[in-house]
Amino acid sequence: MVATREGQQMANANKARLSDSAKAEIDAWLTKYPQEQRRSAVIPALHIAQDENKGWLTTQLMDDVADHLQIPRVSVYEVSTFYSMYDLEKVGTHKVCVCTNLSCMLSDSDAVVARLKEKLKIDFNETTADGKFTLREVECLGACVNAPVMLLDRTYHEKLTPEKVDKILGELE
Amino acid sequence: MGNINHVCFRNFDLDQPWTFEAYENMGGYKAWRKILRGELTREFVLEEMKASELRGRGGAGFPTGLKWSFLNPNAPGQKYVVCNSDEGEPGTCKDRDILRYNPHQVIEGMAIAGFVMGATVGYNYIRGEFYEPIERFEIALQEAKAAGLIGLELKDTKVAFDLHTHIGAGAYICGEETALLESLEGKKGYPRFKPPFPANFGLYGQPTTVNNTESFASVPIILEKGSKWFSEQGIPNNGGTKIFCVSGHVNKPGNYEVPLGMPFSELLELAGGVRDGNKLKAVIPGGSSAPILTADVMMKIDMDFDSLAKAGSMLGSGAVIVMDETTCMVKVLSRLAHFYDEESCGQCTPCREGTGWVSRIVHRILHGDGKPDDLDLLDNVAANMIGRTICVLADALAMPVQSFIRCFREEFEYFIEHGKSMVEGN
Amino acid sequence: MKIEIEIDGKKLQVEQNSMIIEAADNAGITVPRFCYHKKLSIAANCRMCLVDVEKSRKPLPACATPVTEGMVVRTRSKLALEAQKSVMEFLLVNHPLDCPICDQGGQCELQDIALGYGADASRYDQGKRSVADKNLGSLIATDMTRCIHCTRCVRFGTEIAGITEMGSIGRGESTEIGTYVEKSLSSEMSANIIDLCPVGALTNKPFRFRARAWEVLQARGVSAHDCVGSNLHIHHRRNKIMRVVPKENEAINETWISDRDRFSCEGLHSEDRVTTPMIKRHGQWEQVDWQTALHVAVEGLQTIAQTQSPSHIGALASSNATLEELYLLQKLMRGIGTNNVDHRVRQSDFHYQQATALMPTLPVAIADIEQQDLIIYIGGHPQFEQPLINHRIRKARDNGATVIMINPVDLKHNFDVSDKLIVANPLLPRALTAICRALSEQNPDAKTSAQELLQSVTADDKHQQLAKQLLAADNSLILLGAIAQHHQQGGLLHGLATLMASLGNSRVGLLTPGANATGAWFAGAIPHRGPAGLNVAKPGLDVKRMWESQLPAYLLLNLEPEHDCANSQRALKALHNADLVICVTPYKTAAMEQYADVILPMAPFTETSGTFINIEGKWQSFTAAVTAQGESRPAWKVLRVLGNLLELDGFNYVASTEITDELQALTANINSDQQINKWRYPSQLPAVNNGIERITYWPIYRSDNVVRRSVPLQNTPISDAPVIAMSQTLAEELTLKAGEDVVVSQVDTSITLPVKIDNRIAGNVVYIPAGFAETAALYESFGSVNIERK
Ligand SMILES: Cc1cc2nc3c(=O)[nH]c(=O)nc-3n(C[C@H](O)[C@H](O)[C@H](O)COP(=O)(O)O)c2cc1C
Ligand code: SF4
Ligand code: FES
Repeated sequence: MVATREGQQMANANKARLSDSAKAEIDAWLTKYPQEQRRSAVIPALHIAQDENKGWLTTQLMDDVADHLQIPRVSVYEVSTFYSMYDLEKVGTHKVCVCTNLSCMLSDSDAVVARLKEKLKIDFNETTADGKFTLREVECLGACVNAPVMLLDRTYHEKLTPEKVDKILGELE
Repeated sequence: MGNINHVCFRNFDLDQPWTFEAYENMGGYKAWRKILRGELTREFVLEEMKASELRGRGGAGFPTGLKWSFLNPNAPGQKYVVCNSDEGEPGTCKDRDILRYNPHQVIEGMAIAGFVMGATVGYNYIRGEFYEPIERFEIALQEAKAAGLIGLELKDTKVAFDLHTHIGAGAYICGEETALLESLEGKKGYPRFKPPFPANFGLYGQPTTVNNTESFASVPIILEKGSKWFSEQGIPNNGGTKIFCVSGHVNKPGNYEVPLGMPFSELLELAGGVRDGNKLKAVIPGGSSAPILTADVMMKIDMDFDSLAKAGSMLGSGAVIVMDETTCMVKVLSRLAHFYDEESCGQCTPCREGTGWVSRIVHRILHGDGKPDDLDLLDNVAANMIGRTICVLADALAMPVQSFIRCFREEFEYFIEHGKSMVEGN
Repeated sequence: MKIEIEIDGKKLQVEQNSMIIEAADNAGITVPRFCYHKKLSIAANCRMCLVDVEKSRKPLPACATPVTEGMVVRTRSKLALEAQKSVMEFLLVNHPLDCPICDQGGQCELQDIALGYGADASRYDQGKRSVADKNLGSLIATDMTRCIHCTRCVRFGTEIAGITEMGSIGRGESTEIGTYVEKSLSSEMSANIIDLCPVGALTNKPFRFRARAWEVLQARGVSAHDCVGSNLHIHHRRNKIMRVVPKENEAINETWISDRDRFSCEGLHSEDRVTTPMIKRHGQWEQVDWQTALHVAVEGLQTIAQTQSPSHIGALASSNATLEELYLLQKLMRGIGTNNVDHRVRQSDFHYQQATALMPTLPVAIADIEQQDLIIYIGGHPQFEQPLINHRIRKARDNGATVIMINPVDLKHNFDVSDKLIVANPLLPRALTAICRALSEQNPDAKTSAQELLQSVTADDKHQQLAKQLLAADNSLILLGAIAQHHQQGGLLHGLATLMASLGNSRVGLLTPGANATGAWFAGAIPHRGPAGLNVAKPGLDVKRMWESQLPAYLLLNLEPEHDCANSQRALKALHNADLVICVTPYKTAAMEQYADVILPMAPFTETSGTFINIEGKWQSFTAAVTAQGESRPAWKVLRVLGNLLELDGFNYVASTEITDELQALTANINSDQQINKWRYPSQLPAVNNGIERITYWPIYRSDNVVRRSVPLQNTPISDAPVIAMSQTLAEELTLKAGEDVVVSQVDTSITLPVKIDNRIAGNVVYIPAGFAETAALYESFGSVNIERK
């Protein structure tokens, strides 16, 4: 998930800085780890920074996290580009992450995906023109006995059908 | 589920089973309180664990008691207990339910483990997407702390155990225990070369034991009801019950906690049988990393570590993915290969390059561009990935690839020759 | 402890805690590898080194598998070879195989190993990964599609350079090695990743497209830029230097060299190189033949020696000159009857020169620095002065040593400093004296002649604490850097450090500027002692007094006084007023054209044979990699002819080695008495100025005439600009703002410089770098300055 050059430029145009309240939240995580292991908080810290910035991370925010944790900046980039939950380019208000892995596939996630694409009029890794939704294909979400599954922002939706998709999206309209 | 004794799911019929109150009412924290009162010795608990024949529920099936004996509780220096709740093996979704419905049992199990190994600090690494389980677990943890059961300075006892929730951010590889430790240290999830093993060089370089959520959740019961009771739930060398996550083409997909050694046919029956009365075609019996087995093999097999290993597959994480006659095996393998390609951490050459190569070959077969030599090539590339990497993610793709070709060769050949699936409707 | 194992049928005794690959390497058994490097941590990610170990079903990585008693290893069995072959195939799946246009071609580990282990035809017939190139700055070119993800470069940054700038970005197949954001690497050793990279992904940027690896010839060289004496391989083709790479020497530079040592060669062919002798006639420069030029020089020197006095002639040399050059220079001067010869051009204080040891050397071998328990470093920036000494200090720190910095500027280091004492520059002597006082209080048995001085100061808690740490260490070392040596009380600081050592059961070492200061002392290129430290009857003038005396004649060797000297304006004044200035130099500068009368073009270090004595006292001789360009000549030959034309005895050398031999023989004359430091301490510290003080530093890439001309080095992020830096507090006091131009004046000159805020500078002190044309017009490098708004 290496950011493209344009993506990075866009990211740099967004000047948001890590807020004091975010730093306080990170500091609370830091109490869990030995004092000299500040790096341990990098994953939670990036979640906090991302949540605060409408779901995506700018280079500035990653640098702020690195500086706050007193670790090399590139070590933070390594982490943010490794884990799939971080977005390094602007995303929609809602992230729709639909699982297409085996159990879901066997339970016809194809139909669910088709309906999502049709309703949102976007493909995977795209954001709707109104900036409301970003659609993602994700790997196994760990709810396989209730396949097909999707993660909408922070909520799991299970045993999905195209009809259920209509209803869920409808509630967000 | 009638007369089956439950371990991890024993409280599932309660209302709000995740609360501290519900857990205590059920007899929870009894064993831990005994330990806090000094009524149980480390040696006793360890012997009980060994006698229980509990084998790791995370995938490898390593005897838990034996693993715990690798740490010297009296050696100086900080030691750690880490719970692996990164549940990401396709088909697996049991830890999520344990965390949601029975979080206290995991906490108690971890605390007991900490006591046995002299580890005063623990972390539960929960995958980042599990918002609800993370919250449940964290609330339970706060309850346990408030009740004076967890912490570094507990009243009237010399025992100490502090526990923290840690979260992931989306990487299957972090389920591998050393990648998990790296991740917990704030790095990319790159598995470590072993030796040294975590028992010697684990979290922050200190002796550490990593166990799966289900493994930890089994511990309190072993002490409550005795190792004999526990081992007798299963069959020799495969003690206790196991949660099977039955997904795919069954009428009643679900998590079924049943005794180890139950015939697959019975498990299938519990899950309502194959959907729409279709014929069973194949089963992946232990998560996507387990080689696939055909229906006839499956219908004769018992669901335990040893039987599945003998049949050339594995019990793995207990994810049973059922496929009926309408399933196109090329499509299934293509999806699996894509998964491993996406999730390879990228450090080892055979895995980084091999998962992509394999995935592209299967993908081109699926899209009608297969070449006559592709199956031999696939088999050979897979063979070259096995046993040559730091962790077994490469094997976890390669072995299934070989099993698919072994079990369903004609189906692949047909696809290569005709550019379409031999299974109708695909 | 040794244990026995067997590799490929050979029984071997190997170190218990070693890995199979180390055992194999020591036994000369080749195991292919990419990620393993003996100087880096083990990653075991390339999987190329898989070998067959008895009792293991799977092949095991030789780099990460520890040996065990009785282990039987086969590196070329069927199991091993199959594994190696398959890994090779995987490595090539996404590799572009563009060897014909790759700079690494012919010296590529991938190419070599592929020949030995690769399959014949590629079975991979799909699209290859292509990776965007990264801009890592002016030194390193990238072609990341060729990267095989061995992570040597990443590990180098964290483990050796001490700065994590590169990483593996992304995951799986799409992992890219890089910096993520556009970023020039800022380590002073960054370019070692070029050598570490086993493929052509990271290559020498200036060298690009110059030559193919097999077309170049290789000569041995020794670094001419710092006192480490790093060993070099100089690659040349058709009598031109193509590039410089390290030559491994475990005792000195291990497998590394600094970027300065690697890229200084880019300055060798700069436009202002002089390759014909020149004389100034009626204010006009003329190119002439050697005979004419030498004649003018000799006649000039003779006239002044005869009509005035030989002591009206002064000779100054760079400490980068070779031992042979420095020896002949002093022999020439002493032959015509004067001791006015010196190389200590950056030094401001010569008061204690008689007290110091025969020559500055470290009390321990360079490699032993890493074994110290405690190191106190006073006045300087080891990272930018001697990068490879700094590397050893860093390793000492990694090994658990306490490293304490005493500095007037709170400089950044690439390791965690254990403790530091930051004091305003003029107060450095007081701080050291206070530590000495604390030492003598804590260690009353130690005797000292400096009691009176010690009583004149008080020691606070910090001084007591530092003293305590020093006394507690078994193996400690006190090092003096450039700031301490060039300080206006540099002599006293050296003496105080020596006192600290004697009171604190420690030892002192000087980290001298240039490549051959130790050699210069030994050769006798100092006014008060002859070769091998022999006392001279009547000392000549030191550098400072040579400039202040405004002599009628100067002979300069490999020196650009306006850039190389303390008090550059005083030097320029003296040179302008002189009747005769003879420059033996590889380059001519604008200032030189003004003050010089004769320019004798000399060969730089790559074009001459010679010897450098490094800071641990090791003699390292080298021969010319290429012949001298144009009409230029090795300076030892120029000085030899000058000696002959001046009809002096003992200048009939045929080869430079004869001079070396003569010097070698002199080592027998070393008077061990003189090795003893005889310091006489003052009873009080000199008074401290209240005004604004200047502190001067030669930035890493302004250190000498060759380095200053290397454009790629000038374009790195660590190359400085001429500024005036001060703390925010001082700036506010002077009501100055960052970036604002101010007029800086000393005595009768002034220049304009932009203000830089740097809160690491303690006290009423401003930092102004040297080595720039812009700052050459200033006087004392350590002394008072006036600052006014423009
Ligand atoms: C690629 C890979 C992924 C894994 N994922 C998980 C996982 O999600 N959860 C888990 O408990 N173990 C997982 N494991 C197994 C762990 O490495 C480890 O064996 C386990 O956590 C040990 O606990 P146990 O002994 O209780 O089973 C994984 C292993 C590999 C190689
Ligand atoms: S086998 Fe794959 S996932 Fe495992 S460490 Fe190696 S590259 Fe990473
Ligand atoms: S050299 Fe051993 S794995 Fe790379």
